[in-house]
Amino acid sequence: MFGTILLLALRSIRRHVLRSFLTILGIVIGVGAVVTMVTLGKATTAAVQQQIAALGTNILQIRPGQGFGRGGGGPRPKDFDPADITAIEQQIAGVLAVAPQAQSTATAIYEGANWSTTINGTTSAYFQVQPWPLASGRLFTPAEEEAGKSVCIIGSTVERNLFRSAPALGRRFRIGEVSCDVIGTLTSRGQAGFGGDQDDVVIMPIKAVQRRFTGSTDIRMILVGVDEAYSTEQVQSALTNLLRERRRIGGSKEDDFNIFDTKQISETLTGTTTLLTRIVAAVAAISLVVGGIGIMNIMLVSVTERTREIGIRLAIGAVAREVLMQFLVESVVLSCLGGIIGLLLAQVAIAIATPLMQVPWTFDLQINLVAFLISGLIGIVFGYFPARRAASLNPIDALRHE
Amino acid sequence: MADPALISLRGITKVYGEDPTAFQALKGIDLDIEKGDFVAVMGPSGSGKSTMMNILGCLDVPSAGAFLFRGVHVENLDRDQRALLRRKYFGFVFQGFNLLARTSALENVELPLLYRGDAKAARRDAAMAALGKVGLADWHHHTPGELSGGQQQRVAIARAIVTNPEVLLADEPTGNLDTERSIEIMELLADLNRTSGVTILMVTHEPEMARFARTIVHFRDGLIDRVETGGAAVAAG
Ligand SMILES: Nc1ncnc2c1ncn2[C@@H]1O[C@H](COP(=O)(O)OP(=O)(O)OP(=O)(O)O)[C@@H](O)[C@H]1O
Ligand SMILES: [Mg+2]
Repeated sequence: MFGTILLLALRSIRRHVLRSFLTILGIVIGVGAVVTMVTLGKATTAAVQQQIAALGTNILQIRPGQGFGRGGGGPRPKDFDPADITAIEQQIAGVLAVAPQAQSTATAIYEGANWSTTINGTTSAYFQVQPWPLASGRLFTPAEEEAGKSVCIIGSTVERNLFRSAPALGRRFRIGEVSCDVIGTLTSRGQAGFGGDQDDVVIMPIKAVQRRFTGSTDIRMILVGVDEAYSTEQVQSALTNLLRERRRIGGSKEDDFNIFDTKQISETLTGTTTLLTRIVAAVAAISLVVGGIGIMNIMLVSVTERTREIGIRLAIGAVAREVLMQFLVESVVLSCLGGIIGLLLAQVAIAIATPLMQVPWTFDLQINLVAFLISGLIGIVFGYFPARRAASLNPIDALRHE
Repeated sequence: MADPALISLRGITKVYGEDPTAFQALKGIDLDIEKGDFVAVMGPSGSGKSTMMNILGCLDVPSAGAFLFRGVHVENLDRDQRALLRRKYFGFVFQGFNLLARTSALENVELPLLYRGDAKAARRDAAMAALGKVGLADWHHHTPGELSGGQQQRVAIARAIVTNPEVLLADEPTGNLDTERSIEIMELLADLNRTSGVTILMVTHEPEMARFARTIVHFRDGLIDRVETGGAAVAAG
């Protein structure tokens, strides 16, 4: 019985290819849009989380000034000094590693190749605070750090642009006024969603950078790795107290430094991308409803157009229920077909968009299934009204219909 | 006759519309039709022929009166029960052929069997056999648009007889055909009536076509005027 009705529905769809195509166009676009948007949104969220995870999640970043800007006019808040690092290491519980950072920019030169890059002066603690494996070579030795020797570990972007395909390890190149030996190369971290290319960096012992580039012992930023067993909030407030004391900020005066918790940033960014995904998905879902209304319209027109056909079917012995079922099955088959085409188009769109957006390609089974089920549901909901109308026709009137 | 008639109408009336504009299309029809008869219904336009055919075909219900088919009171059946009765016992041929467009002759003829739930092979064999009986076996894959009027009506007849119905109802089956084609159709119907014993009721305006019937019922103003019986017409033809 159901097989018969399915056969009738399929025959009817096959007989009206153009009409069927127009009927499902809305569903195709709706399902395609929803699946594409949700998948890309999730991929973006995943990419952001991945980048933050690469930074390390239990990291506190301390910078002079307030917020991202310099804050409040006045003189520029002073940088940190090496004694601050020692104090943090010795006085705060739950600190795994403390990495000072001094930054500069310079042009690196190797055999006629030029590359302008960022110099990051730090210590081996930098690699303890955040996971960033070496591709080859080694980290700084304590002796090199102590002496501020001109040795460097280079990011993959610098390696590629300066040394081309030649192995970089052990080579000596010029950076600014300094000659520098490559003792290590870093694995690629990829493009950051924010803050540019993380691989475009040359890492040197901080003392070398201070002496040869910045010309002072100032420290622009401190990275603090927090022990998993301690809460970052707790360590953050201990740090605040210590630094206020050391920087002689009394009573009600505001901090002249700020501490970022990467976990907080991660949560904020994830929250934002999730919200954006939802908003975009909601807009796409509206197009799905519009697609459903499209199905209903065309099915209704089709009932009018096919009145005589319905009359014939009723006259030769179809019961009302069978006519209802045929129209309903037609509508469900059509909308599911639209759903499948929409899913396929979405996969194509995702395959094209992910490299452009620099997010990983993903296939989200759940959203595909849900979108497909919704397209079937739309077929039932918006197909029911026209189907009922078809089934309620009086055979004589239907036969007489021109 | 010892047997009760296959079809028997008693005091059938049909009123269209509501009181101020109500119109009585049938004013009390009494008629018995024996199994295997070939009945032609004639009468002026508007005399109620189609109205009665619709009631006989269980497509419509009378306003009053009794319609017994094989001893069942059809006037008491609901919509679905009447549909099942049509499916099992009736075949319809219409003036306008009423084939499904863009559908091959074979699929058109198969349609009633589909609703009956026959298996694919059985459907195909029966449909081909029916098309064979109307002389269109070679045309089974043609759609109505590719067939002449006479051929379309023959496909419609194949569709009507494919279920081996008890009764074949034809409302002006030759109304859209020229005389030559009409006579072919009438010969086909008469032949089916003779060979398979199907009871045929046919409305026609043309005495030339009515000759093929055994009984002729004349309508006038919603009543039966007179009934000619004996099948002399066919014998004379
Ligand atoms: N659905 C309807 N509503 C109102 N009046 C109707 C309806 N159907 C038929 N009639 C009227 O009933 C009368 C009988 O109609 P019917 O179709 O039975 O005539 P007929 O004998 O078949 O005529 P014709 O030879 O022209 O086909 C006509 O006057 C017609 O106008
Ligand atoms: Mg009529």
